[in-house]
This record gives sequence, structure tokens and C-alpha cells, in this order.
Amino acid sequence: MTACRHTAIPAILLLAAAAAIPAGPSELRFCLRSDPRSFDPLNVADESSETVRYLTHGFLVRMNRRTLKLEPSLAESWRVSSDGRGVRFRLRSGVKFSDGAPFTSADVARTISRATDPALKPQAGDALRRDEGAPRITVHNAQELTVAFAAPIAGLDYLFDELPILSAHSPLKDGAGLGPFVLAEYRAGSHLNLTRNPYYWARDAKGAALPYFDRVRIDIQQNREIEMARFRRGELHFISALDVENFDRLAAVSAASARDGGLSLESEMLWFNQAASARLPVHKLAWFRSTAFRRAISDSIRRDDIVRLVYKGRAAPGYGPFSPAARPWFNASLKAAPYDPQGALQRLAAEGFRLQSGVLRDSGGNAVEFSLITNSGNRNRARMASLIEQDLARIGVKIVIVPLEMPSLLERITRTLQYDACLLGLVGVDLDPNDQMNMWLSSSATHQWNPRQATPETAWEAAIDRLMKAQAVEGNLPKRIRLIHEMQRIVREQAPMIYLAHPHALLAVSPQLANAEPAAFRPRVLWNVERLAPIHQPEVARVP
Amino acid sequence: MTAARKLGCAGLGLLYAAGLLADLIAPGGYAAQDRDHPSARPTPAHWLGTDELGRDRLARLVHGTRVSLFLAPAAAAIATALAAVAGFASAVVARRAGQVLTLAFDVLLSLPLLFLLITLRAALPLQVPPWTSLLITFTLLGLLGWPSSARIVRAAVLSSRDSNYALQARAAGLVHSRLFAVHLLPHLRPVLAAQFLLLIPVFILGEANLGILGLGVVEPLPSWGSLLAELHNLDTLPSEPWRTAPALALLSAVLCFHLAGSRHGESPA
Repeated sequence: MTACRHTAIPAILLLAAAAAIPAGPSELRFCLRSDPRSFDPLNVADESSETVRYLTHGFLVRMNRRTLKLEPSLAESWRVSSDGRGVRFRLRSGVKFSDGAPFTSADVARTISRATDPALKPQAGDALRRDEGAPRITVHNAQELTVAFAAPIAGLDYLFDELPILSAHSPLKDGAGLGPFVLAEYRAGSHLNLTRNPYYWARDAKGAALPYFDRVRIDIQQNREIEMARFRRGELHFISALDVENFDRLAAVSAASARDGGLSLESEMLWFNQAASARLPVHKLAWFRSTAFRRAISDSIRRDDIVRLVYKGRAAPGYGPFSPAARPWFNASLKAAPYDPQGALQRLAAEGFRLQSGVLRDSGGNAVEFSLITNSGNRNRARMASLIEQDLARIGVKIVIVPLEMPSLLERITRTLQYDACLLGLVGVDLDPNDQMNMWLSSSATHQWNPRQATPETAWEAAIDRLMKAQAVEGNLPKRIRLIHEMQRIVREQAPMIYLAHPHALLAVSPQLANAEPAAFRPRVLWNVERLAPIHQPEVARVP
Repeated sequence: MTAARKLGCAGLGLLYAAGLLADLIAPGGYAAQDRDHPSARPTPAHWLGTDELGRDRLARLVHGTRVSLFLAPAAAAIATALAAVAGFASAVVARRAGQVLTLAFDVLLSLPLLFLLITLRAALPLQVPPWTSLLITFTLLGLLGWPSSARIVRAAVLSSRDSNYALQARAAGLVHSRLFAVHLLPHLRPVLAAQFLLLIPVFILGEANLGILGLGVVEPLPSWGSLLAELHNLDTLPSEPWRTAPALALLSAVLCFHLAGSRHGESPA
């Protein structure tokens, strides 16, 4: 009787979920946390805009988020030149934009010209724009073209996975796309409706037109609890980012729906403000600029406890700028920073710090105390901050945790620089190290601990600058990997960023969604959106 | 005193005693982390179990009681005092000036309080100890939370000023200052007392809302607000009912304040 009841309850839940997704025109449903900030495909900087662009626009190549290999998309084949300076694409024939306009090499040429225009500087062309000048584009015929750069570009073909192809001649201009769906309706703060692109080129193994879904309904929903409740009622097909608590709750009631995509590219870290322009007391700036001080703080934090208590084991301790998932870039010879408070105190003693009556003091007698800002409302970060506070108390360091609204926090870390230390996360979108270029170059505004340096202020920052610039033009993959590994070694040694954890990609995927292959990389569930299908559709060709 | 008021006072007495004796009830402290026993069920060592970081829930509750139940009345006292001055002034000044003051109350009422608090908090220096931050939060609640009460005070003063007994006093030749001091102010006392008692739970809940947004009391200091924020996971409440203790404490306090402030059933003096 008990067994019957146990099997009957999930069956009833499944039936209820199936009933909630109506027959007839099939509709893929999910939520975004915020409105898209831009519908300009070349100027997309937020996840919501990126999602809409991914659904409505086409790309020459696509990285399979599971195998991390490039696959043909609008380009049926391509060849990177041996010197790494150019790539020749052969495009699919018979492809049309969503308004019926034909797709040719001229569209690709115009898109690349716009993306690399130094006057416009669109975000989508960041990786393609070079100091040496715009690329030379040679259109051989309607289906073939070559893009050549003045200097080699590492991982050149992968850069075209991020560049949406726009029409050169369509009357709808950027509104015409090559993606599987077309934007039909947008109500700010409420929802977006997308309909099937009738001209979408891709077909399945049986020759049936893709995508399988007829429509996409995206609701704007900031509240994670409501999103979760809707998913459990069968109103949504997936949630692409869950926190650990919601993941565990879901796993308890529907193990099949809770998917752990493994380690993500994301990192949680803290850093100290080392900017000379920040109005910090002299002694504090001296602490924060001391490698020994930063290393001592790093070695006094129990990362295992962060993984165990904050992420319930669904994370890896922080190793450095690259998550272990970022292969081949992750330097596997680096181990997670050890928990060694005694070693930390010895390191500090060598710098003149002394532990007196449980309080750490510097050589000038100043008690070591600083504020740690983080964004308010983030439970994981609040817990991490509490653990760090207790860990550092063991070496006599006192910290004051200050949660701030995100705009206030961003104001402090980017403009006023009025803070001591910051605890925040980095969302890695792209696997390629060039994605982190802005953070590591000392001249960059997002070189967080000491931004906008006219020349590198330290030898190790100069070394990181050289390594990052060298890897960006290195065509030989093993050599490039060595450069990135060396950069990680320096970061570990100098600890400008104290990496704490790399969380798992936790998702919810409805059993009603066929062909879902959720990945740790964004867009986690949607990367193969044209093959996603409602489970009740009998003619769906399942991906083997 | 009615039975309801006695019950309310007794309940408040118990809650305040728990806050005052927090260090005796939970000598381990609210911040101590027993990392080997996170999210533990109630045991003789931890009567309400432990939170996700292994901190004793009872210790956090009683220390949170101290924070919320002592600072909320202080903030309510500030707000009531400001409401008394502003409400009284708007009623006794010239008619035009009174209208301007009333308009000012309305403007202040229409300002989004939460937004103001967030902005002011962000403008404060970072390196302030948790208790100072807490005092600032409640002071801001007190300084910003008086306009609705001021309107009520104004209405009460106007009503008294135009009453028959005031008319009679004026006809008997009583000067204005004496009329207000001897006749009107005593009539305001119950109104002010009621406003004070009503504002206490409002500020407790206000701090709770700020806590839920992560803007009230900062870690590791507990308050009812920060403890209530842990109740977002409603699914586990049936199997872990002890986690509802902060909500029950808040509910009890609000109820007790209302009972203690209620004059229903009392015969007039």
C-alpha cells in the first residue's frame, strides 16, 4: 500500500505537469531574471539580452557546450590559415533570414565590418577588434569569404560563435534574424513571446524542420521562489540557474528534474583595494599592497568549509582565475590554497605584524581591521562572509561585513574606490582566456584591485600584462596554454584576487522537455534550443 | 487593567526578560560556529538546533530579541516625539501655515521609505561596528517614520480645540497657552501612547523587511529580521517546525504590544 502511494504521488505530479503544458501549438516556457537591456544584437552585455539574441539570431559556427568543440552552423565548413591570421568560411546555400531575404557572404562581410568598426565599437566585436586595424574581408562568391587579420589571433574560429550575423539588405535591418525564433511581442517587466522562424534552415535527421517548438514564452521573474514554484507546477520547462537550497528541495521531490551540470566557469572571490587613488589610510594601503598580507589572509580561509557549508558540496575550492572546468586552460598543477593559519602568522610576522592579546597589529601598532563589502540579498555570500569573519578572527584580524545594494557596491568598486575589500563573484561566459583579458590588463578599468594604471605599478602585474597579450596572439595551442598556466601561477603567488570557490551549474529541467542536454556553460539549457521538444510530441527525433 | 492588557504586559515581560538574560540563556554566544554540526535538529545542547553555519538558533533568537525589542521602542519614542511636535504645531499655527505643514506630512508620507533607508545606509561610512550600524538603522526608522502619526495628532488637537469644553474655557477667559497646557495636552496623552505602541511593531517589521533585503542588521549580529529571512524555504518547515521560532516570537511581540496598548473594555477614568 505504501509503495503504491509512493509511486502514485509522482505519477499524479507528472500527470499534473503534463496537463499544465497544453497540447496544440507547442510552447517552450522559462523565465529570465530581468528585462533584456538591449535588442541590438551587436550590443549585448546582459544575460537576458544574450538569451534573446541566441534565440533570434544565427552564428557562423557554434560551440557544442557538452563537447566544447565547434560545430558547423551557418558556415558548413571553415579553415583557419596556418599562421592564425585568417579564416575562410563556406556558407550554407539556400538559407534565408526571418523575413525571407537570402543569406549570402555579403551579410557576413557587413556584419564583421560593423562589429570591428573602431568608431562604433559594438560589444560583439570586442574580441575581433585589434590595434593593428580592421580585418580585411574578401568575398569570393555568394557562399565563400575570407576574413584576414594583420596579426595572428588565438582561437580565431571560436570568436565567431559569439558574433550574430545580420542582414545587409533586409528591409527589417537588424530585426531580421537567422535564429530558430522571431521576437513577436515584448512587454517590459512582464514577458516576451517568440514564434518559430518559418525560414529557419536546420532540419533533423528525418528531414523535419527545426525547431520543434512553435513558440517560446519568456516571463520576466526576479523572484527565485516564485520561479521555482511555477516550475514545480509544470508551468516552466527549465530553470537555468538554481541555488543549492532550491536544488536540494527539487531533488528531494523530483530527482530527475534536478540536474547538476558539474563545475561551472564561475568563481567566488575577494580582493583588497590596492588603488593609490583610493582615499585609504596609509597603513591600510600598505597591508593591502603586501603580498605576504594577502597570502596570509588567503591561507587563513577554510575553503573546504565554504564548499561544505555554503554550497553543500556542490562546488570546488577556489584554485585561481580558471575553474577546473575550464580545460585546457586550468592549471592542474596548482592545488587549492592550503588552510594554514600558523603559516599565515609566520608570514605576517616576517612583515612586522604581531599577534597581541588576540589582536593582530602591524609594525606601527595599528590593529588589523577592515570592512568587507558584498552585495545584499545574496545568501551564499552572506554565509561566506560569516565564515571568513570567523576564520580571520583566529589570526586576530577583525572584519566588518557590509552588505550593499548592487548599484551602491558597483559605484564603490568602479568609481569612487571607497572600500577596503570586496567579496563578489565572476560569471565566466566564455571558455577562452581572452574573456578575462579586461580583468587582468593593468590598464583596464575592470582591473579590479587597482584599475586604470598608466604603466604597471608592480613587476608581477607587468608580467601578467605580457602573458595575457602574448597568449592573445599565440596561434600554437600548447604554447598558449603554457602562457595561461604561467599567468595562473603568478596570480596564485601574488594573490591579488583570493579565489574561494567555483560553484556547480545547478539546473532544473522538466521531464516534459525532450533532447535537453544541459551544460555548465551558458546558455546552459538553450544551447541546442532548436532540438528541444515537448515530450508528448510523437514525431520528435530523439538525439542519440 | 483588563485581562487582555495583563496578558499583553506579561507576554512582553517574558520577551524582554529573554532579551535581557540572553547571555545567561545562551552563554555560547550568537556567533560561535559549530561547523561540524550545521543545520542540526534540536538537541539538549542546542534547543532550537543550529543554522547552516552551525550557530545555535536559540542563542541567535534571544540575542535577536534583545536587538529588536529594545531598539524598536526607542525608534518608536523618537517617531512619537517628532509626531507630537509636528502634529501639535500644524494644528495651532495659523490656518495657512497649518495647511503647508499638512502638505509637508503628505509629501513625506509619499516618499518611499525603503528607498530612503537604502540610500542613507549606502551613504554611511563602511567601517562601522554592527551595533553602531544597528543604532543607525533604527534611528533612521524613527526619524523617517513619524508623518502618519503627526496627522493623527493634528486631527486630535483640532478636535479638542473645537470641542465644547475648550470653547467654554476660552469663554471663561483662559489664555491660549494655559488652555493648551491644562486641557488639550492631557487629552493627547492617550493618542500619543497609542501611536507609540503601534509604531513599535511597525518598526520591528520594518527592520525585518530591511533584514530580508540584507540591509538591516549585519552579520553575524542577529535580529528577528535576519532570522526571518531564513524562513524562505517553506517546504522544510513541516519537518523542521523549530525554525518557525523567530516568526512566532515576532507574532507574539506584535500581539502583546497590541494587547498592552488596547483600552478596549476598560471603563473611562
